[in-house]
Amino acid sequence: MPTELERPELDEITSLDSPWVTLVWNDPVNLMSYVSYVFRSYFGYSTRKADKLMLQVHHDGRAVVSTGSREEMERDVEAMHGYGLWATLQKADT
Amino acid sequence: MKPFSARRGGGAYVSLDQLEARLLANLAAQVAELVRDGSAEPVGPQDPLEVLVGLGEGPVQPPDDPVLQRLLPDAYRDDAEGAAEFRRFTEQGLREGKVRNALTVIESLTAGGMTQDEMQVSDVEVDVDLDADQVQAWLRCLNDIRLSLATRLEITEDDDRRSAIPDNDPAAVLHDIYDWLGFAQETLVQSLGD
Repeated sequence: MPTELERPELDEITSLDSPWVTLVWNDPVNLMSYVSYVFRSYFGYSTRKADKLMLQVHHDGRAVVSTGSREEMERDVEAMHGYGLWATLQKADT
Repeated sequence: MKPFSARRGGGAYVSLDQLEARLLANLAAQVAELVRDGSAEPVGPQDPLEVLVGLGEGPVQPPDDPVLQRLLPDAYRDDAEGAAEFRRFTEQGLREGKVRNALTVIESLTAGGMTQDEMQVSDVEVDVDLDADQVQAWLRCLNDIRLSLATRLEITEDDDRRSAIPDNDPAAVLHDIYDWLGFAQETLVQSLGD
């Protein structure tokens, strides 16, 4: 029988490895349906979560759409730019 | 224009008239030309080794053209060095992707029966039949074209300013094209469902 290794709690990993965030900014061009579609298809978010983030972008001017390492966030930002969304990354607020 | 309808396996279908198809092909070609232009500009003296391994070829400064600035935005807001590094390593690939998407759009219009000769009058509809990969290229390219037009038209608010422009103003035509592209993209997204 293989012995299971003790794994740290997922939240703990996330909080230690997640000092960066990807932000998507509102612009008057991108269709709400398209923005939501991008969040669903790229991040794999549910329709509910994708719509919520899309509305947050629309109403608040921006939303944090993903969290992770700097390298991961650069990948996400690059992907968002590929879709034509206006995205930036920065250190998460502490 | 009719709305896009869904095809099995993530594809989509729409039929366009020749004028619509040519307009779209023309706009896609303009975006491709703009994005391709200057993308091969060397940045100062190049390290032969970096050239060999394909590094160090990307620009570090944001493009001058406001449309290109919108298509290739800074990845960092308050970190010029970070933005420059990001640009150096990603801009070339992003540009190539956008050009590829535009070419895919033109190819699928041609495959659907778009006639190249503008003097040739044809009532034959252009059947745009897209597989899942082509749908992705279309979504992105329609978005790039809309971003380009919006930048040129200085659309900066969430509301539509078209109603304030007289019909005989050339900008009115561009606004109508912009709205038409929005309809195309909207129905393409809708056809993909949740």
